[in-house]
Amino acid sequence: MTDQLLNLACGLFLLTAIGVLWRRELSALIALLTVQGLALTGIAAVLAVGHSTETMVVAVGVGLLKAGLLPWLLRRVLTQVPGARETAPLVNVSASMLAAAGLVLLAYVAARPLVELAPTAAAQAAPVGIAVVLIGFFLATTRRRAISQIIGVMLIDNGIAAVAFLATGGVPLVVELGVSADLLLAVLVLQVLTTRLHAAFGDTDLDELRELHD
Amino acid sequence: MTPTLALYLPIVAPLAAAGVAALLGRRTAAWVAVPAAASILAAGLWLATAVTGGRAVASGLLRGDALTTFMLIVIGAVATIACWAGVHHLADEAATGNGTPAAARRYLILVQLFLATMSLAVLADNLGLLWVAVEATTIVTAFLVGHRRSRASVEAAWKYVVLCSVGIGIALLGTVCAYATAVAAGAHGTTALNWTYLAGHTAGLDPDLTRLAMGLLLLGFGTKAGLAPMHAWLPDAHSQAPAPVSALMSGVLLSVAFYAIWRYKAITDAVLGPGYTRGVLLVAALASLAVAALLLIAQQDYKRMLAYSSIEHMGMVALGTATGSRLAITAVLLHVLGHGLGKAVAFCGAGQLLHLSGSSRIVAVRGLAARHPALAGVFGLAVVALLGLPPFSLFASEIGIARAGFTGGTAGATAVAFILVLVAFAALTRNSAGILLGAPDPVPTIDPPATDPRAGSGRPRPAAIAPLAIGLAAAAALGISLGPLGELLDSAAATIVGGH
Repeated sequence: MTDQLLNLACGLFLLTAIGVLWRRELSALIALLTVQGLALTGIAAVLAVGHSTETMVVAVGVGLLKAGLLPWLLRRVLTQVPGARETAPLVNVSASMLAAAGLVLLAYVAARPLVELAPTAAAQAAPVGIAVVLIGFFLATTRRRAISQIIGVMLIDNGIAAVAFLATGGVPLVVELGVSADLLLAVLVLQVLTTRLHAAFGDTDLDELRELHD
Repeated sequence: MTPTLALYLPIVAPLAAAGVAALLGRRTAAWVAVPAAASILAAGLWLATAVTGGRAVASGLLRGDALTTFMLIVIGAVATIACWAGVHHLADEAATGNGTPAAARRYLILVQLFLATMSLAVLADNLGLLWVAVEATTIVTAFLVGHRRSRASVEAAWKYVVLCSVGIGIALLGTVCAYATAVAAGAHGTTALNWTYLAGHTAGLDPDLTRLAMGLLLLGFGTKAGLAPMHAWLPDAHSQAPAPVSALMSGVLLSVAFYAIWRYKAITDAVLGPGYTRGVLLVAALASLAVAALLLIAQQDYKRMLAYSSIEHMGMVALGTATGSRLAITAVLLHVLGHGLGKAVAFCGAGQLLHLSGSSRIVAVRGLAARHPALAGVFGLAVVALLGLPPFSLFASEIGIARAGFTGGTAGATAVAFILVLVAFAALTRNSAGILLGAPDPVPTIDPPATDPRAGSGRPRPAAIAPLAIGLAAAAALGISLGPLGELLDSAAATIVGGH
């Protein structure tokens, strides 16, 4: 039963990452990110059942941050920067899907040492986290809107959090707190910078960033 | 008084100064920043008496050994120069109507938070906490890079945050993998990420996963240390930040990121042997030196010139770390201190130059020696220090890195590296000679975008030369004799090489 729930949460987690590559409207991307945050919370909660209360606290904290606070912050960016309704991908959707498939395969190869070390059901699913990290990289490098780069950074972070939960049952509480605080601050910084970019450059198309070069 | 207090002082003093900056006016707070920075140096010197010979002071999550102590001295020394120069920088900004009181307050608070996070990074025994502190430096400095709010500085801040967040994200994945290795080897809880625990239990760590972890960590912290090919953010961020912040970012933040690599290297070399880390670092070192040498040749902006010089020096640090012998690491540590001092003086001097001329283009400031001899003197001597000429300490450390490389199994790479260093040397000399002695540009060109239109009407301040002269004197003194610092350097190098 636990294993099935875990697999369901992991599947949803990966599916939302691929959905982020597929959809173009930014509001849909933020909705997908919220669902992914919930899936991550699900992973953390399933693993925390029967363990210490500390891991349960971490699960609740992750849920509040990734499914509540961060999507809310992104929505605020969206309202502050009108005109940025859609992402402008450099790679079309079908090529992105193929790339995603390749990245998932790559993740399974790269994560072999992680799986072999502790062959539990949870560790078997750890490549899913790595795959989401790689998809995050892909997104951040192939999209031209400032807000899609923020989404890329958040996908990377969600993926790392998933690896931490699946492979090790979660990093120590003090580290998790620091990591969450840093992530929250980083997104706040990016939010402020997005509005400043908008004020300075008019639109948050990153092709406009051509002031600095050699 | 116990040395335990010296572990908390480098974090508490800047936080207190940040509080002062939040409450009091710019003039007072800017001066309070100087003793706060100096107290980091004082804490380092205080700890130095307690940690030589492999001993360490620990309290809670913090721990100070010889390597930590040495890094505190580097942070404290550079921060003192940068904060002192910052007093004049802020006064200049206020005088030209270039900064509001609110901007000055934000600047002073953020610089102190920056110092506190760097101190935390080197004091943390827990490698997870080390990651948290390094990521926190990115967040704090992002606003400092974008301080001027011009198009160029907002763009630089954006690139800085995105690239470094992604880079440091990779380092987090590496940290998680290191944690997974430790957990599989029987550790649990917070202890599993303690450096002391990992360095003492290397026998049980899984080699495959350690290799994966170290690869990710080198990539992640290497991005933050400005190593090529992950250096793209560095020239933009270092050239757009206010001069004292550039001094701190270039002089110490890069080394703090490298400090993380040293800590992990001590663990992974015991598990995997030195070959793996060496190979990766050699590639990064040669790539960094090549990028720096090529882009220094045709450089037209003197702040970017100094930024590329930082990439060059980080390449040297990577080369010495790759060699990894006791001699090499000792030279690397001395290099970090010498580069910190030299680069702090150079960037603070460049800041005054920008204030006086209103442009960061080399053509706009040619013939400096005739117009502002004192400023030309300190800037010129700082460049001489960065070129690695005697009597400054970078001369001794570069000789040390070369000697260790030729005798320690990396002879081929070292030879290529020093050819690239020679190219960088020639390029930096040519550009700096133009700034100092070249004939002034007869036809003032129309100001390019890198120029801040509101600056350029400033007057030179003789008092602002004082901190720069002190920094140069310290770098020269280190080049002549290490004095009591020699023993600390030796112990710190043993921490990286020996793993304990």
